Amino acid sequence: MSGMPARISRADVAHVARLARLDLTDDELERFTDQLGAVLEHARDVEALDTEGVPPTAHPLPLRNVLREDVVTPSLDRDEVLAQAPEAEADRFKVPRILGDA
Amino acid sequence: MSGPAGGRGPAVELAAGVRSGERRAIDALEDYLVAIAEGDDQIHAFNHVMAESARAAAAAVDEAVAAERDPGPLAGVPVALKDNLCTRGVPTTCSSRILDSWLPPYDATVVTRLRHAGAVIVGKTNLDEFAMGSSTENSAFGPTRNPRNLDRVPGGSSGGSAAAVAAGFAPLALGSDTGGSIRQPAALCGVVGAKPTYGLVSRYGLVAFASSLDQIGPFGATVGDAAALLDVISGHDHMDSTSLPSAPPSAAARLSDGVEGLRVGVVTELTAAEGIAAEVVARVRQAADALAAAGAKVEDVSVPAAVYGLSAYYLIAPAEASSNLARYDGVRYGLRVPGADITEMYGQTRAAGFGAEVKRRIMLGTYALSAGYYDAYYGQAQRVRTLIIRDFEAAYETFDVLLSATTPTTAFEIGAKTSDPLSMYLSDLCTIPSNLAGHPAITVPFGTGTDGMPIGVQVLAPALGETVMFQVAAAIEDAARAHEEAVR
Repeated sequence: MSGMPARISRADVAHVARLARLDLTDDELERFTDQLGAVLEHARDVEALDTEGVPPTAHPLPLRNVLREDVVTPSLDRDEVLAQAPEAEADRFKVPRILGDA
Repeated sequence: MSGPAGGRGPAVELAAGVRSGERRAIDALEDYLVAIAEGDDQIHAFNHVMAESARAAAAAVDEAVAAERDPGPLAGVPVALKDNLCTRGVPTTCSSRILDSWLPPYDATVVTRLRHAGAVIVGKTNLDEFAMGSSTENSAFGPTRNPRNLDRVPGGSSGGSAAAVAAGFAPLALGSDTGGSIRQPAALCGVVGAKPTYGLVSRYGLVAFASSLDQIGPFGATVGDAAALLDVISGHDHMDSTSLPSAPPSAAARLSDGVEGLRVGVVTELTAAEGIAAEVVARVRQAADALAAAGAKVEDVSVPAAVYGLSAYYLIAPAEASSNLARYDGVRYGLRVPGADITEMYGQTRAAGFGAEVKRRIMLGTYALSAGYYDAYYGQAQRVRTLIIRDFEAAYETFDVLLSATTPTTAFEIGAKTSDPLSMYLSDLCTIPSNLAGHPAITVPFGTGTDGMPIGVQVLAPALGETVMFQVAAAIEDAARAHEEAVR
């Protein structure tokens, strides 16, 4: 297992903001760099723990492969759902251009 | 300000009165609506009061009683819902701008169950945006105030639900608890709040925050009221794949059985630990002494890995949140800020729609999950989670239930921790381990601090241990009452 990474930098924060699709202001980038650094610093105490051979817990239930009978049941009302969309057309969600001009 | 339940009495008594025809649901509801109208301008427990649909529901209960049909176990009892529980056609905002005008196309399973039980939904309560916070100050619609002292926070994230019960705006409320979001505000407002076993209550229609931790649970002015509410909402639901298929334990079964012969462990790491105020520790000790006097066998116990709970939680919860909140993209519902292309639309919508704390957690989680860091952060936190579960299991070989503080201090002042996220996160020190383990825990009011603000004592139990947990909670409630009378 790798050790804890170095302290988070402003460039890291800007990169993560792009990954998270959050257009942050310069002020926010500055503040989050400090605040995320503090929280991650606090997390260093888990680094000290020897977890060799300890399996991860993804969630606390012993449930596996929850299935139900393959029968038709009522779905959400399409018009009611589409009425909540910022934009809809021809029974579909409408979004801005996805591909560039070129 | 009036005390708990505002003199309008326990929910179980109201339901019994309505069921027998002695009281009318509509009269009870009007009393609560008056209390809300007179008091909520100051407290801001509610984002949305559902007066008209509540009157219709109460009238339907009274008609059922008149027609001698069973009106349900919570007949005519007003219930407030945290505003992250979906209500069909009724605003469900999560106290976020990004869902400001959203009308859900379906009801959460807990809402359906409440209606079938004859409960009357009175409104949607304020929360920290998307349940991220410990003070309800992270609401896009302004903070909720603690009914016991308007300058103090009510705790969070379910601060609106806790305040609604404490102020007597509703005898019962539902909240959600990911790291303490029911128990912490319940303790700070002086009411009872419980987080059930993971999987006991269906989360269909609960807006997801951290899916391996989130659980819905009850608030009440008394242990008996919280138990009655939990028993109505627990049980299997095929709409939630994390819902346990087994028959749920009864919360109310042994409330008056006492604690003779039960083994109670006081968790050292969550009681006499750094950062936990001496007056809080003293209340836990008083509760432990009272249980011993009532015949329980009480000893201290160590749950060593619990001290790593906070750090593990603040890696796991933001990681899962960053994934769950990816759905707010301006496409299918909620806010959209236009952009030249879809990437700009996403980035601008999310920048305008989310508040600072939600952005902070998305950033933290995205970072913790990003290439090269996944194993060091999320993976390591999940292994620590296993260690915490093992240490609890070892403690439960010797003890039936565990006891601890609920919160490190009494309610802090509004604004005191908003500029320092880490100090705010420390509010959840004692409550987080139960979420990581998936175990149930409940807080019961036990006296006040030197500032006159309520202190809560926490009872923890192993998975599906709700029956014995509520049994011990009821004994602590009796002891707290006896203590109050002795002081008077």
